[in-house]
Amino acid sequence: MAKYYTQEIQKTDRIPKLVADLYAKMPEIESARARLITESYKATEDKPIVMRRALAFAHILDNIPIVIREGELVAGSSTIAPRGCQTYPEFSYKWLEEEFDTVAVRKADPFYIAEQTKQELAEADAYWEGKTTSELATSLMAPEARKAIEHNIFTPGNYFYNGVGHVTVQYERVLAQGYRGIIEQVREELEKCSPGDADYCTRSQFLQAVIISCEAVIRYANRYADLAQREAAACTDSARRQELMQIAANCRQVPEHGAGSFWEACQSFWFVQQLLQLESSGHSISPGRFDQYMYPYYKKDLEEGRLTREAAQELIDCIWVKLNDLNKCRDAASAEGFAGYSLFQNLIVGGQDRDGCDVTNDLSFMCITASKHVFLPQPSLSIRVWNKSPHELLLKAADLTRTGIGLPAYYNDEVIIPSLLSRGLTLEDAREYNIIGCVEPQKAGKTEGWHDAAFYNMCRPLELVFSNGWDKGEKISIETGRVEDMTSFEEFYDAYKKQMDYNISLLVNADNAIDVAHATRCPLPFLSCMVDDCIKRGKTVQEGGAVYNFTGPQGFGIANMADSLYAIKKLVFEEKKVTLGEYKRALAMNFGQGFDAVSAGEIVTGILREMEKNGMTVEEDQVAGMITAVMNAQLPAEEKKRYEELLEMIEQVPKFGNDNEEVDMFARDVAHTYTRPLLRFRNPRGGQFQAGLYPVSANVPLGAQTGATPDGRLAHTPVADGVSPSAGKDVHGPTAAANSVSKLDHGIASNGTLFNQKFHPTALSGEKGLENFVALIRSYFDQKGSHMQFNVVDRETLLDAQAHPEKYAHLVVRVAGYSALFTTLSKSLQDDIIRRTEQGL
Amino acid sequence: MTRDYLETKGRIFDIQRYSIHDGKGIRTICFLKGCVLRCKWCCNPESQEYGIQKMQVNGKTKIIGQDVTVAQVMETVEKDRPYYVRSGGGLTLSGGESLCQPEFARDLLHGAKAVGINTAMESMGCAKWEVIEEILPYLDHYLMDIKHMDGEKHKRFTGRDNGLMLENAKKIAASGRTKLSIRVPVIPTFNDKPEEIRAIAAFADRLSGVEDIYLLPYHRLGQDKYQGLGRVYELPQILPPEPTYMERLKGEVERSTKLKCHIGG
Repeated sequence: MAKYYTQEIQKTDRIPKLVADLYAKMPEIESARARLITESYKATEDKPIVMRRALAFAHILDNIPIVIREGELVAGSSTIAPRGCQTYPEFSYKWLEEEFDTVAVRKADPFYIAEQTKQELAEADAYWEGKTTSELATSLMAPEARKAIEHNIFTPGNYFYNGVGHVTVQYERVLAQGYRGIIEQVREELEKCSPGDADYCTRSQFLQAVIISCEAVIRYANRYADLAQREAAACTDSARRQELMQIAANCRQVPEHGAGSFWEACQSFWFVQQLLQLESSGHSISPGRFDQYMYPYYKKDLEEGRLTREAAQELIDCIWVKLNDLNKCRDAASAEGFAGYSLFQNLIVGGQDRDGCDVTNDLSFMCITASKHVFLPQPSLSIRVWNKSPHELLLKAADLTRTGIGLPAYYNDEVIIPSLLSRGLTLEDAREYNIIGCVEPQKAGKTEGWHDAAFYNMCRPLELVFSNGWDKGEKISIETGRVEDMTSFEEFYDAYKKQMDYNISLLVNADNAIDVAHATRCPLPFLSCMVDDCIKRGKTVQEGGAVYNFTGPQGFGIANMADSLYAIKKLVFEEKKVTLGEYKRALAMNFGQGFDAVSAGEIVTGILREMEKNGMTVEEDQVAGMITAVMNAQLPAEEKKRYEELLEMIEQVPKFGNDNEEVDMFARDVAHTYTRPLLRFRNPRGGQFQAGLYPVSANVPLGAQTGATPDGRLAHTPVADGVSPSAGKDVHGPTAAANSVSKLDHGIASNGTLFNQKFHPTALSGEKGLENFVALIRSYFDQKGSHMQFNVVDRETLLDAQAHPEKYAHLVVRVAGYSALFTTLSKSLQDDIIRRTEQGL
Repeated sequence: MTRDYLETKGRIFDIQRYSIHDGKGIRTICFLKGCVLRCKWCCNPESQEYGIQKMQVNGKTKIIGQDVTVAQVMETVEKDRPYYVRSGGGLTLSGGESLCQPEFARDLLHGAKAVGINTAMESMGCAKWEVIEEILPYLDHYLMDIKHMDGEKHKRFTGRDNGLMLENAKKIAASGRTKLSIRVPVIPTFNDKPEEIRAIAAFADRLSGVEDIYLLPYHRLGQDKYQGLGRVYELPQILPPEPTYMERLKGEVERSTKLKCHIGG
């Protein structure tokens, strides 16, 4: 008998109906959670924060409206409206109030909000003035760090305004013991507490908070059991009545107790997944190795004849639909950076167990099938690839890739496991890694990784080299000397490294301030009871309860910086065709290609500051005139011509992404200017900083905050995404691009790297197409690449989808580390996806 | 051991990596310049002249043709070795007609085989048998074009009679020294009638060891290049065959022979 069942299982009629219902309307913002948490907080001001969090969580779960959606087999919804979202004022709220009137019409990820909801939220929000994590973080931050954020050197927006999320908890423990089992263990710990212990107050409060939280979850499940029973009684369709009765029975059993069947395991999994998100507003709460922890329940039911493969597939499909039911409203700027309503719930299949044996099973295949059936962006499906991965599994994955859904993403055990070892994980833990969010590896149930801690724009420090630490008329960084006086490339490169180092230290300061703010104001007792070693240590993950602690901010713009610094090395110092002074002016003049309103505004701001210093004042209406004047200003023809020559010279310099050894090794060194300095720093939870090299979709909005760069990139256009070459600069096909990218040091970027490739469907057609595609992934991984993902869609399709979004409501593309619905992305991001080099024609 | 073959010089006009439609696996194609035929539909008209030419591409003048040594080509070929290993791919010679530069073609193939890289060659077999015979020891897969069985029509559309090529096809097959596959560009108005395709298939079927025949549908991707070279494209009126028609031809081949018929490379 084969080790696993690889045949395609058909989807049932239920699945398309669930999907259609889910996407029938624009998602909506609801106010229930905000009202309930505010009520609870007002009543608990005398209590320690961890207790207040637990009591508020319980108050929410006891009172939030619940619903069982038509036809679903696994219950549990955080909002009444499909794909709706709750709000989380304890982290931040002002941005939403400011966007009340625009959130429904904004470009990226719009949400409907009713007038009554606005009123209710405003009432609740009034309580939170001065009490949020973001306000505390601001006051904890060094002024220099705040200034750097204000000038877009980096942005820690994610955790600054929201919960952290980015965790995989011990699902297997809840499936096996239920929350009753966890409560018992906590009671034992509580009994060990002696009033004379130094940490008695914090430890005992935390443990009690866990019990309160778990009891609340059990009551919440029972509310669903009651509702299912009531609905069953009123149901005239006997088949549906049976299903509702089963849902009721399941919710009585789990998650209070261990799961006795695969269906119960699915229900239990779901409550964990849903309620983690209701406790905090974190995203990237990742199911991790679903095919592993669900397998025992599937296998037992199958062997005992209580379950067919088709029924199991339908349950998995139902969970896949529900993962798209969870939603989150971000502020407008963040929504651009995380576009596509994505919650980044990363679920990974395949790979090895703690002993190093391959653990691919039936469910690994069925998870891939589920993504094909449901055809929605969530979960962010991933696959672990290693030397002993079964070929059939890779072919199955490639067959999903070829549909154009952008899933799965492929991860290389042979790079990631040693990389995690170098960060202090045990070999057993490293072998069991899964991926969080986009590309971040970690060991589930033991890690508070703070992955995705900030976007660090590697292009901005180069601008600071040219400006000697000034930006928009203000000194915001250290002085590294006038570029006009620099006489060697080493001197110039050294100035870049110094600007990098200084701003990296500010980034660390900002992240650590936010970290402390979360520990102080939003510890999470429910989440913490499913992460080792919180219960034993008697503290939450936010306070350092996890076994492994990291902070992983991601750098991006490597390709732009590699190409930029290499162009300067060649043109200025080796060939001496242009001076640094000339380059500086060319960048300031955007290579003579004109100024957009943003550039003009920045130039005028600089002028105004100078005038102010000299005691001159300018009227408001004069400013607009100045901006227009700057935008319309014409360069002398000779100067313009010189810039065009310069652009042509830059064009001739070899670029990263073309398998040119010299440029690629140079890029490797440039990436080290970010990855190496970070390793020196520590976070307040006792862990280390580690770099990621991936951009989510921030390469577009953050590119819009970046002036012209020496690689010939014009001001405010997107920067390169992840570790991929600059768009359109890799002209020797996918193997050359992959070879270049593989020459970067992926191991040191232990928070993950991201490599996007785009293929035309013809490259994957037929059996031969799949075989060659798998070979391409294998070969990149042989060369120690870490991650690979693909867009498989032709340019015409994308252009047509832009013109007729109504025809393409379900068109999924890979954005960066996750898949999103193409039509929900902003025009500029759509353009960027279309522009990325189309490979394989 | 002497490696003189690495120093042999030849003239190429392109090296294309990640080719997945010609031969097995992921391959690197080296295009040799110069051809004996002048097929009216040729999608690489810049390949026909041996002389170095100028061609207008997107408003810029591009020099077509470059003299290189085997060692220089191998430097690029080597870069994708991991992909050949994983996919069963390797080096493919194309053109033009590679046999127009017999020493260079032979030594390129030798260069690849000497370092364990699989080799293939797209060719019409339009050369003296002695030339082909010298190449066979270094060639794993011969992808041979047969365009028409009617010598007169062949001459009208390509400039040469097909006698030598058909003769060579038989000899290559009989030698048993390389895997031989037959490829047919399907060109409307030239060879797209079912009986014309069947005739080629019947010939291929009689060649010992030949198992596969590939029908390559005509495409117009090379049309702009004629203008770039200051030439006139002589078949402006023909359209690529419909996929359903290609399926029909495939059916004809498979019904009348024991060959496995593929559409496209």
